[in-house]
Amino acid sequence: MSTHFDYLDHLEAQAIHILREVAGQFERPALLFSGGKDSITLVHLALKAFRPGKLPFPLVHIDTGHNFPEVIQFRDELAARFGEQLIVRKVEDTIRRQGLKDGFGKYPSRNALQTYTLLEVIEEFEFDACIGGARRDEEKARAKERIFSLRDEFGQWDPKRQRPELWDIYNGSIRKGENVRVFPISNWTELDVWSYIQQENIALPEIYFSHRRNCVVTPAGQLLAITEHIRLDPEDEIAVRDVRFRTVGDATCTAAVESPATTVEDIIQEILIAKISERGATRLDDRLSEAAMEDRKKNGYF
Amino acid sequence: MNILKFITAGSVDDGKSTLIGRLLFDSNAVSHDVLETLERQSRNKADGELDLSLLTDGLRAEREQGITIDVAYKYFTTARRKFIIADAPGHVQYTRNMVTGASNADLAIILVDARQGVVEQTHRHSLVASLMGIPRIVLAVNKLDLVEYSEERFYKIAAAYKELAEKLNLRNITFIPISALAGDNVVQPSAHMPWYLGPTLLEHLETVEIEPDAEHDAPRFQVQYVIRPKSNEWHDYRGYAGSLRSGVFRRGDRVVVLPAGIETEIVAIEVNQVQVEEAFAPQPLVLHLAHDIDVSRGDTIARADAQPAVAQDLEAMLCWMSERPLRPGDRLLLRQNSATVKAIVKSIEYRVDVHSFDQLADDKLQLNDIGLVRLRTAQPLVFDAYRQNRHSGGFILVHENTYDTVAAGMLETARTAELQFG
Repeated sequence: MSTHFDYLDHLEAQAIHILREVAGQFERPALLFSGGKDSITLVHLALKAFRPGKLPFPLVHIDTGHNFPEVIQFRDELAARFGEQLIVRKVEDTIRRQGLKDGFGKYPSRNALQTYTLLEVIEEFEFDACIGGARRDEEKARAKERIFSLRDEFGQWDPKRQRPELWDIYNGSIRKGENVRVFPISNWTELDVWSYIQQENIALPEIYFSHRRNCVVTPAGQLLAITEHIRLDPEDEIAVRDVRFRTVGDATCTAAVESPATTVEDIIQEILIAKISERGATRLDDRLSEAAMEDRKKNGYF
Repeated sequence: MNILKFITAGSVDDGKSTLIGRLLFDSNAVSHDVLETLERQSRNKADGELDLSLLTDGLRAEREQGITIDVAYKYFTTARRKFIIADAPGHVQYTRNMVTGASNADLAIILVDARQGVVEQTHRHSLVASLMGIPRIVLAVNKLDLVEYSEERFYKIAAAYKELAEKLNLRNITFIPISALAGDNVVQPSAHMPWYLGPTLLEHLETVEIEPDAEHDAPRFQVQYVIRPKSNEWHDYRGYAGSLRSGVFRRGDRVVVLPAGIETEIVAIEVNQVQVEEAFAPQPLVLHLAHDIDVSRGDTIARADAQPAVAQDLEAMLCWMSERPLRPGDRLLLRQNSATVKAIVKSIEYRVDVHSFDQLADDKLQLNDIGLVRLRTAQPLVFDAYRQNRHSGGFILVHENTYDTVAAGMLETARTAELQFG
C-alpha cells in the first residue's frame, strides 16, 4: 500500500496540504501565474486540491510586456479551459503610472520592475497571500526561505525575522498590511517538477521543447532569442539554433539552451546528465552579484 | 524510491557546513556553475582552499560572520534514495532553528569535534532530538584527521555519548568516525582508519530503514477546507478536504467528529476526485459523511473505536523561541495543524537543564529554554500524546498581537510526563 507511495506522491501530498491551508487561513489569496512550468504545476495541484469546487483564488499574471507570445497564448487558453479567473496587470502601466525608469540598454530587463506591479496588484485586490512556484533548490537565499514567507507592507522579506516552521503547521496569521508568500513546491527540485509533469501528463507552452530559433550569442556564450525587445548591433553574432527554454521569464533576460529535446522524456534525460544548474544556465541577472537574489527578495521580489 | 529527511546539528566550527558540502560534492550533486562560483569565492579567502561550507552558507550575514544563522534546505539524490537535508545552525541562540528542522526529520546527524568530544551543545542537540522524537541518530565524530585517526579517541567519545543517550532514552544510534574536510568515511571509505569496518555516512543514509509512516497508528484526519461547489452539476456536494495524518480510513468506517463527539459513517472517500475503498496517511483526500452535520475547519475525524483525547487542560513540553520570556498567566494562540484556539499558561512545572537534564523550578521560560507547562484552552483540543503520534501531538504557540511563532509544543498525557526523564 504505502510501498507504492513514491517520493512524487509525498511531494504532491505536501503541496496539496499547503494549498488547502492557504484556502483555510486567508481571506483573499491569489496564485501568481507566470505561464512557466512551475506555476502550471501549481495550477494542476490546485485543481487536485479543490475540484469539483472552483479554485478559492484567482490566477494573477504580472505581464512584463517582454513575454514570449506562445506563453501568453497558453496562459489565456489555460484559464479558459479550467474556467478560472485570470487577472493580468502590466508592468508598462506601472511604469507610466509611477513614472518609473524602464529597463534600458541592449537587453532591457523589466525583471526588477515586476516587483512594483506585484505590490500594486496586492494593494488593489488586498491580497493577503500570494502563492508562488519558487523552489528551494533554485538558489541559496531561497534555500532558507520558509514555505509561508511573511512580507511587510513593502513586500520585504527579512531573513532574520522568519517564523520557525514546525511539522506541517503553517502560521499564516498576519497584521493588516502584511501579506504572506506561499511556496507549496519549495521542496521540489527541477527534476521532480519534470518527472511530475511526465507522470501527470501536464501540458506546457511549446517553447519548453526544441524548436529552431534566431538567437544572439552573447559574449558569455549564452543564447538569447531575437525579439523586438532587445537591441541588435552590427557586431552581434547571430545564429540559428535548435533550442529550448528551461525557464520562461522575461524574454530579454532568459536565455535558451541548445537542445534536440522534443518531449518531456528527452528533457528528463538531458537534466539527468546536465551539469549546469537551472538558474545559472539561463539567468543573466543572477550573475550580477553573489547576493543578487537575497537583495531582490528583501525588496519585495517573488 | 523513497525520501529520507535528515537534520545536521553541531556546535560552531564542528564542520557541519563542510560535511554537507562534502556529501553534495562527492555525490556529484554540485553543478559546474555552482562549483565555479565556489572556486571564485574560495579564492577571496586567506588560504585559497576550496571551501565546501560555502555551498550552504547562503545569506550575506553568514558569509560576513562565517556562521550559519538559519535552516537551509538542500536536496540530493543517489541511485538508492532521495535526500532532503535541513542544515540547522550550531550557534547557541539559534537552537530554535534546530527544533524547526528536527520537527520533520527521520534522522539526525549530530556532529562532534574529535578534539573536543561531547560538549554542552551536544547535550542540547540530543535533548532536542529526543523531545522531537527523531527516530534515528548518527553521531558523526568529525575531524579524525586532527587526532591522527585515533581509534581510542573515537571509542572514548562513543562511550561518553552512549551514557548521555541513555539518560534521554535515545535509541537507534550509529557511530561513524569521519573527516568532512578530508573526505574520510563521508562518501568514500577512509584509507586512514583500517580499524573502522562500518559503513560510510552516505552508505548508512542510503540503507537505514525509515520508520514506517504513521500508517499503523490510529487514523486521524483534520478538516482543512470544506468543498461546496454549489453549482448545478454538483448541487448537493459537500466534501471535507484534508490530509489523513496517520492510519488508514476505509469506506464504511464508523467515525466520530471531534470535539463535538457526533458519530457518523464515512460513505465515500475521494483521492484526486476518484472514489476509493481505502486511503492511508499522508494522502490528501475528501471525505463524505452519512449525516448532514456541522463540520468545520479544524475539526478532527477519527474512528469511533480508536478515539484521541479531548481536553482543555493540557500538559506540554515547550521549546520557547521568543526573546520575551514566557510566564504563567500569558495568553497566546495555540495552533495545532488546522485548529486554532486561545490558550493561557496556568503554570510552569519545571525547566530542563540542558546539560544535566535535571528538572529545575522556574517561574519563566527564556529564549531556547525547554520546560513542561500546563495550559488551559478556550475550547477543547483534540490530540494524542506526541510520543504516541507525532502528527496529532505537536502544536505551535503564536503571539496574540505580533502573530510570531513563539514556541513549539509537544503534548503529554499526565502519565507520560512523569516517565519522561526517569
